[in-house]
Amino acid sequence: MAFATELLVSALILIGAFFLVVGSFGLAKLPDLMRRLHGPTKATTLGIGALLLASMLYFLLVRGAPSLHEILISVFLFLTAPVTAHMIAKAHILRDGALQNTLPEAPDGAGWATLKPAREDAPAA
Amino acid sequence: MARFLPHPVLTVVIALVWLALVNTVSAGHLLLGLALGVGIPWFTQDYWPGHPRLKRPLKIVEYGLVVAWDILVSNVQVAYLVLFRRGESLRSRFVSVPLDLRTPEAVTVLAGTITLTPGTVSADLAADGGAILVHCLEADDPDAVVAGIKQRYERRLKEIFE
Amino acid sequence: MIETACLIAFGAIAAALLMNLYRLARGPAVLDRVLALDTMVINAIALVVVVGVFFGTGLYFEAALLFAMVGFLSTVAFCKYLLRGNVIE
Repeated sequence: MAFATELLVSALILIGAFFLVVGSFGLAKLPDLMRRLHGPTKATTLGIGALLLASMLYFLLVRGAPSLHEILISVFLFLTAPVTAHMIAKAHILRDGALQNTLPEAPDGAGWATLKPAREDAPAA
Repeated sequence: MARFLPHPVLTVVIALVWLALVNTVSAGHLLLGLALGVGIPWFTQDYWPGHPRLKRPLKIVEYGLVVAWDILVSNVQVAYLVLFRRGESLRSRFVSVPLDLRTPEAVTVLAGTITLTPGTVSADLAADGGAILVHCLEADDPDAVVAGIKQRYERRLKEIFE
Repeated sequence: MIETACLIAFGAIAAALLMNLYRLARGPAVLDRVLALDTMVINAIALVVVVGVFFGTGLYFEAALLFAMVGFLSTVAFCKYLLRGNVIE
């Protein structure tokens, strides 16, 4: 039993470290910012999720002292990762003029929110 | 009841976060967490005017399981693309996904889900809230991506929120 | 066995941080650097968590939590500044 626990915790640590490296590798390798955004937002969230799960299992099963902080950290990271990715994408769209011409049209000709600041008479969504 | 507990879900969440912060589950800390959970929403209720309504809260469990599975699969896919494909050969493109959802909470959850799942990042929202701009890492057929998002996530969110 | 896994993870996360540092130095745009900093924060959190497992102590979790919060806030503040020209409106 103790061996199986150690194996599980070690495997989770290695999986987490692998995905962290893949995410950072994608950030270093891919050729433009929108593609680079995919690596860190996905791979690092799963990587850190696996590490936190490993840490929780370690403290619960090996040390016998359950730890709840990991849940808090992983929930926080899973909630904030999409927000940071969204903000970076918005700022990138605003600053890159060549990119703006390649965007698909929004339906009804409304335009995208970043390029078209809200008007006073706009209906509240 | 509504005046005393303006946001019952927030009360429970604050109590749970308090327990996780002190890292112990004991009767005393549970009581303190519940006191915070009642007090903070009560003192701040003027700043929280809206009450988002959930039509079918139990569907959240199904939705969470679907998204968790997709996160696992998408990570393996993205890891494969990053490791074994040349960056320039990836057919990345922007896709505009028209929305049927109208409540801001549902659109927020959908945008977050899109970012966490297969090869897609939500990049912007239409000015009238009628569409999401999605960037795909590898997509041959933009219509398939749109259909997948609408079928897999938006339909379930519509059942939960609207 | 867990100690060995932790040591391998230390090396992997260090390599990841070096790759982030490369992107931070190369750029080319300011948003690439913001993204690199954000990823560095996440890798730092991972390092703190693995250190906690390696030494078998829960003392480091507050540090990881604070890193998560400060990293998120600073990234959003950077992006907000680039979008609007100021942080607090």
